[in-house]
Parts: sequence; C-alpha cells; structure tokens
Amino acid sequence: MKNSVLRCLAAFLFLTALSSRAEITLEIVTEGSHQIPIAVLPFANDGAGDKAISPIVSADLVRSGLFSAVDTSDVNPAPADIEGVHWDVWHERHADYVVVGNVVQLPNGHLEARFRLLDATNQMARVNQAFEGSPEQYRMIAHHIADAIFESITGDKGMFSTRIAYITKQGNVRSLKVADSDGFNEQAMLTTSEPIISPRWSPDGKRMAYVTFELRRPMVVVQTLATGARKIVANFKGSNSAPAWSPDGRQLAVVLTKDGHSQIYLINADGSGPPRRLLSSGGIDTEPVFSPDGQTLYFTSDRDGGPQIYRVALNSPDAPQRLTFGSTYAVSPRLSPDGKLLTYVQRDEGEFHVMLMDLATGQTQAMTNTSLDESPTFAPNGKYILYSTEMQGRGILAIVSTDGRIRQKLTTHTGDVYEPVWGPLQ
Amino acid sequence: MKKTIFALAVTSVLAACSSTPPETTSAPVAEKTAAAPAHAPMAAEQPAVKPMLYPPKGVGGALGERSIYYDFDKYAIRDQYKPVVDAHGAFLLSHPASKVILQGNCDERGSREYNLGLGQRRADSVRKVLAAKGVKDSQMETISFGKEKPRNPGHNEKAWAENRRTDIVYQGE
Repeated sequence: MKNSVLRCLAAFLFLTALSSRAEITLEIVTEGSHQIPIAVLPFANDGAGDKAISPIVSADLVRSGLFSAVDTSDVNPAPADIEGVHWDVWHERHADYVVVGNVVQLPNGHLEARFRLLDATNQMARVNQAFEGSPEQYRMIAHHIADAIFESITGDKGMFSTRIAYITKQGNVRSLKVADSDGFNEQAMLTTSEPIISPRWSPDGKRMAYVTFELRRPMVVVQTLATGARKIVANFKGSNSAPAWSPDGRQLAVVLTKDGHSQIYLINADGSGPPRRLLSSGGIDTEPVFSPDGQTLYFTSDRDGGPQIYRVALNSPDAPQRLTFGSTYAVSPRLSPDGKLLTYVQRDEGEFHVMLMDLATGQTQAMTNTSLDESPTFAPNGKYILYSTEMQGRGILAIVSTDGRIRQKLTTHTGDVYEPVWGPLQ
Repeated sequence: MKKTIFALAVTSVLAACSSTPPETTSAPVAEKTAAAPAHAPMAAEQPAVKPMLYPPKGVGGALGERSIYYDFDKYAIRDQYKPVVDAHGAFLLSHPASKVILQGNCDERGSREYNLGLGQRRADSVRKVLAAKGVKDSQMETISFGKEKPRNPGHNEKAWAENRRTDIVYQGE
C-alpha cells in the first residue's frame, strides 16, 4: 500500500520532468597531453542546426580529452562515402582520421546514420557501421557513433552513450536526476523536500537504488527507470542506507541500524525475505561495494578508530583486510569495472581529495587539488572518475581521467549538485 | 496505532512531493481541514490538567539548552555538555509521559553515508547516557540526518562546529 502511493507519485513526477536541454554545463581542461586530430565531416542529409548528428560526434570525441577536432566547416558538399574525400585537404590539416557519414529516413520514420571511420595515413576505412533510432534520439545515435570511433582508435570502450545520475538541491528542493553523460536529456526521477542520497544503478542500468528521507527517516528504495515505479526494499527500525548491488542484480548490500549501530546486511533486491548480517564490528561499517565477481566486499569502517577502507572475502567474513593507511580519514570506496583500481576520498591536512589506489601494488595518488571532494565513481570504461566537489560555495560535479591529464567540470545554473554515479554501458 | 503511523507516513510523502507539482497540494490540505472539526470539540470538552511534555519555554540553565556539540569525527559527549544531558535526563525521569527524538547531525565534510552513521552514533551516545540514568527506552527515539540538514549552510569552521550536534527534540513541542 505504501509502495503503491510512492509508485503513482513517482510516475507522475517522472513524466512531468522530461526535458532535452543540457541542464549541466561542461567545461573541459586537458593538461599537456597529445591529442589525436580527427576530422568529422558533415554527414550527408544530416539534421539542421543543433539536430545535426556529426557535430555531436565531434564534440563527444573532443570531450574525451583524447582527440582534437580538425576544422571541417568549409566542406561542401559533404561526401557520403570514402570516394568523395579530398585527402590532400586532410593531410594539409594534419588529420590522422576522417569520419564521413550519411543520414537516411527509414520507412518507419526512424533515422539511420551510417558512418565510416577512415585512416588518413593509408586512406582506408577502419569502421563501417550504422545506428538507427527515432528522430528524437539523434543525440544518442551520435553518442553510439562516437563510442564506436573511440573504441576503434583507443582500444577502450567509449562511454558517450552512457548516462549519469546525481542529486540536485535548490533551497530545500532535492531531485534525483538522470542525464546523458554530456548533461543533456536530464530527467528527474524524484523531487522531494527531504534528503536523497546514495543513488546506485542496477548492473543492467534499468533500476536505481537510493536512500530517501521522505518518510522522515532513511529508507532504501528501488525505482524502475522506464516506469517510475518505486518499491521500498529496506524499511527496518532505525536507519536504512548505503545500497550496493550485487553483480547479478539480485541482491543489495545495505547498512542498517536495526540492531544498534551501522552494520552491513544483505537483502534481496525486491525487498523479500529477512536481511542477513554480513559483518560484525563494534564500529560503524558502511559504504559497501562488491568486487566485479561478487566474492569480495569493500567497505568503510571506523573499527580501528577513524574511518578507513577494508575488504573482506565474503566466504571468510571474520578476516577483513585494511587497505588505507595514509590518513586518519579514508571513506567512499569504489572499484573500477575490472576490479584493479580503487578510488576513495582521503582527508589530508584538513582537505578531502579523491584518491586512486592500484590494488596490485598498493600505490596511491591524489587525483585532485580541490578540498571538499566526495563520492568518486568510475566511468564504465574505467578511464575516468566522476566525483562531486565544492567551488565558490556551491556543489559541482567534476571528472578526472585516471591518468590525471584530463579534467572536466559540470556545473548547474543554480543550487548544488552532488552524489554523482555513472551508469553502466548500454 | 499502526494505522495512525501509516496515515502520517502517507501524508508526509504527499507533503514531500507536493512541493513540485502544485496541482496535488489541494488534496492533503482538504483532508486535514475535514478531519479537524472531529477532534476539536473533544479537546474542548477535556480541559483537564495535562502532564507537562516538554520543559517550558524560556527555562534557563542546562535544561534550556537543546543541543550537544561535538569535535570533528567524534561522538563522545564533551564535559561541558554533560550537564545538558543530565538536566534532560532528570526532566524525562520526572515526566514519564514526555518523549524525545534525539537527532544526530554532522558537518558537511566527508562522505554522506559515513556521516549518516556518525550522526546515528552521536544520537545513540546521548541515548545511552539517558538510559543509564533510568530514562525508559519508550521515551526516546534516535535518528541521524547525517550532513543532510545543516543548521548553518556556511562552509567554514564556525558553520561546521554548529552543525556537529545532537538535538534533543521533545514531542508535541
């Protein structure tokens, strides 16, 4: 009954919040790295103005920090295929790669964008691929093309077609929002005057678990993105928080205070059945996160005094291993998708920085020079870390590449934005 | 009893959501006004002396204080705030009908989830002292707001010090 009330409200809010404008603005700083020059030519029969696909492809590649855009504004007519490419022009402009494409309207009204990624050195096509979508999905079509180009050239998966989630706060109005990774197509999943924290995408990207204070104390809710339907999955006495999906999407590790102080439990993702306690300590145990194989749990605990990051094999829960030693305060562990890197937040001389640890060697490095960093989360290709920080008294989002060379800021027009989380590959 | 709690819960959801779509605000308000007359005459018929549920406004000394402040990442009650806890303990013991919600809060630094746990510890530390004095469990409830409801929205030491606290909130006040 409670859930049905939540469900209909959420669905209503979801529908009223549709918008296709970028609500968060991107600013990119790339520090001293070589960028690959690429010429994305206008696509034949492309949409007009900001509905054109090829400029979005180009902007995506530049946003990655790994590419620079070669000027193509004087290309007319746009060649639909390799035959029409004037190689002398692109050699003169030092383009390593050239992209050509054309857009056709299919009988079902959909758009089909076919593109070729051309290697300028040997004048050959590396990729020849097409993506189809409804006319409203022109941005997503462009993001998929950029992903294919990015993967072909760098060997890493692209993340332009992925989505991010975050929370915005203006006055007392908080919203849980989902947007494309470039900040466009922002949609509010929930708007409330009460706090919302810890959104976490399900592994398939179809559901979101998060903590809401709407019923006056923290509870864990799972919401289906497509329908807006919500279900309370942890509503035990006290506080319910810090959901973490198991890799198969069937279970959630959560933090409950039903037996006293904050401890980690396992529940079914549909809220059925009783919670099973995973760990026991005299301190606060929180912020659980599963390893990609689901066998190991990383978490924050103050069992040894201040908060530090630990990991524990779930088949021997009595022998956790402490991972952080560099500071009196280390929190918010998150793993790279391959499980090899750990990002977290550490306090150093009163400042809170995003850190990166190579789990094989134990080597750590500070990734930021801001002072109030929070909630780092890996891009699904493991190459970027998205986090929140504070700038001029406002909460903003920022991105740093794991090699530290590329930095981006994502700011809203007003208010604060925080608790970012990067969705999975689609 | 269960039903009342549920009704409250639903209203709070509606209230929470109604700030966005203005169309929905009318419904809960209408319900409230319809319900009010049923209770009002009852209250009027029973002007009997009610037990005091919270310390009177303007009371001085430790009982007039409602907040206990902490050091960064700490939940131990500092000596200077022990008289405050003692005074409220004495009040609760002598007023068994009164109830408090102990609300733990943190400053904006560090992780939201860890701070939620820390705020809970702060509230629990007050509860433990009160329980040791003999205050009944049924008179106390704890909740943590973590760093989500700062009293001072600033980003400096003064604001942080103000936000690291447990509030003693009496029901009915």
